[in-house]
Amino acid sequence: MSDSVYSGLLGESDPHWAFGTGFAEPLAGVDAAVPAGVDPADLGRYCLMLGDDALVLSQRLSWWTSRAPDLEEDIALANVALDLLGQARLLLSRAGGVAPDLVPAVAQQPEDALAYFRGPAEFRNVRLVEGEDVDFADAVVRLLLFSVWRLAVLDRLAGSRDGVLAAVAAKGVKELTYHRDHAGRWVVTLARGTAESRRRLVAALDRLWPLRAELLVPHPVEARMAAAGIGVDPAAVAAEVDAVLDQVLTAAGVDRPDVADAPGGGRDGSHTPALATMLAELQEVARAHPEGTW
Amino acid sequence: MPVIEDEATFEATVAGNDRIEPRDWMPEGYRRTLVRQIAQHAHSEIIGMQPEGAWIGRAPSLRRKAILLAKVQDEAGHGLYLYSACETLGVTRAELTDMLLSGKQKYSSIFNYPTPSYADVGTIGWLVDGAAICNQVPLCRTSYGPYGRAMIRICKEESFHQRQGYELLMTMMRGTDEQRAMVQESVDRFWWPSLMMFGPPDVESPNTARSMAWGIKRNTNDELRQRFVDMTVPQAEALGVTLPDPDLRWNPDRGAYDFGQPDWSELKRVVSGEGPCNAERMAHRTRAHEDGAWVREAAAAYAGQR
Repeated sequence: MSDSVYSGLLGESDPHWAFGTGFAEPLAGVDAAVPAGVDPADLGRYCLMLGDDALVLSQRLSWWTSRAPDLEEDIALANVALDLLGQARLLLSRAGGVAPDLVPAVAQQPEDALAYFRGPAEFRNVRLVEGEDVDFADAVVRLLLFSVWRLAVLDRLAGSRDGVLAAVAAKGVKELTYHRDHAGRWVVTLARGTAESRRRLVAALDRLWPLRAELLVPHPVEARMAAAGIGVDPAAVAAEVDAVLDQVLTAAGVDRPDVADAPGGGRDGSHTPALATMLAELQEVARAHPEGTW
Repeated sequence: MPVIEDEATFEATVAGNDRIEPRDWMPEGYRRTLVRQIAQHAHSEIIGMQPEGAWIGRAPSLRRKAILLAKVQDEAGHGLYLYSACETLGVTRAELTDMLLSGKQKYSSIFNYPTPSYADVGTIGWLVDGAAICNQVPLCRTSYGPYGRAMIRICKEESFHQRQGYELLMTMMRGTDEQRAMVQESVDRFWWPSLMMFGPPDVESPNTARSMAWGIKRNTNDELRQRFVDMTVPQAEALGVTLPDPDLRWNPDRGAYDFGQPDWSELKRVVSGEGPCNAERMAHRTRAHEDGAWVREAAAAYAGQR
């Protein structure tokens, strides 16, 4: 009954959905073969690093939905979170596709099995993205430090020998350019706005600056992937990242924080307690219904 | 179109189903009614971000997370267009926000109900957005131009949200017994509040006649409620859920469904601030507004220097 009237409700054909909830499309026509001479397990782990960075920061940013300083910013931060979520889905799927051993054995899509059924020690994101935002200054400084680095990486990754990584990166460059510019504008605005906003901005910089070091230290997987023409050696982007950050800080009239680097370890699964707390929320419903269909 | 400068031209324009535009002459009561209605609608979009937004962090698949985040973002966008439409009537967004936070203006009472289950995300899409669409489609033809144009865009997006909600429920109904029970339980909770979204029965709706004469409103509360029930019953059957109304049955004489009356005293209580989540919704909005004050001040100060 009612097929004629309601069958359309389930169609996926509606082109309106602005951010694309469909999933196959972004990579249509992309060569998904693992390039010759590449260890699939390494490629999978590399995709997890990039995918987990995006997933975890997306989760942090989506917290701001309905909590941002104004409506325009609510919409902007949701945009950034959606972009990163889209990148995470592609990267986690790629990880699961090339390295099935990395995927927990549950009756879910690889992207969901990886997002919802790994524990904190199996996440490969840097510590920078997992911390809770103390205030809006924290959110924009975290986004600036992350997006300046990620844009530089994706820019190079667009030339990867891996067709999927190259396609994901090419799409991501446009997104990250907006994220970086948005964060940079806020850093300048807060630094030059009021005494209170400047105080908060400087405090956020002091808190988060030490965490950026982890992004720039090559992990063995990154080094091997870079050597194979698949990935990007973070050391190769360090100078560019520094130059961009200096440019933003100069525009803001703020000194580069004089603080020691924080320990890393996120890429090896060593995280701060904030990640476990975040994952408890992220995974709550999925784990309550491991056989569920969503 | 030349600018309307007097009451007779205004009345003739409204009677001819043409649009009134911001620079036109309009009766003070018309302006006041529109500000109240558009603001209430805008506030509903903003407060309406909360009940579903609470699930963004816990959405059970990444695809569902993307859908939900984009939907809640759309609601912020709707609030933005509606505040802009309202500003053409000579009030500022800051004034409207103050009126929301001080309780001088209302928002839809439906958002004062809790969302304890993930199925509520689907039910809100299906029933709440469905009821909103029934209310809002006629407003695309409303007499005030900026409001009507905002509504056209909003209705397109709302109908998409309704489909997404229905699709979530349909998917859950194909899942485990536990998931099917979640869907039914959620529908049981939201059915009556959804019927209340059309407002009190016509006999108790004092503003309806005036608003219809001005072309602000195009149908009565009871007409729209009937349309919603007639649209929803076959959808519920296709989904495989029951609607919690023993009086619900097809009436071949009327060519429509007969249905029971919601508990109107409950609507009064919720509208007057005694619903299950009124305090929580306002506290959340107030806190976000206050926490963001230093950022808005900084942005204004920086803009002032340039």
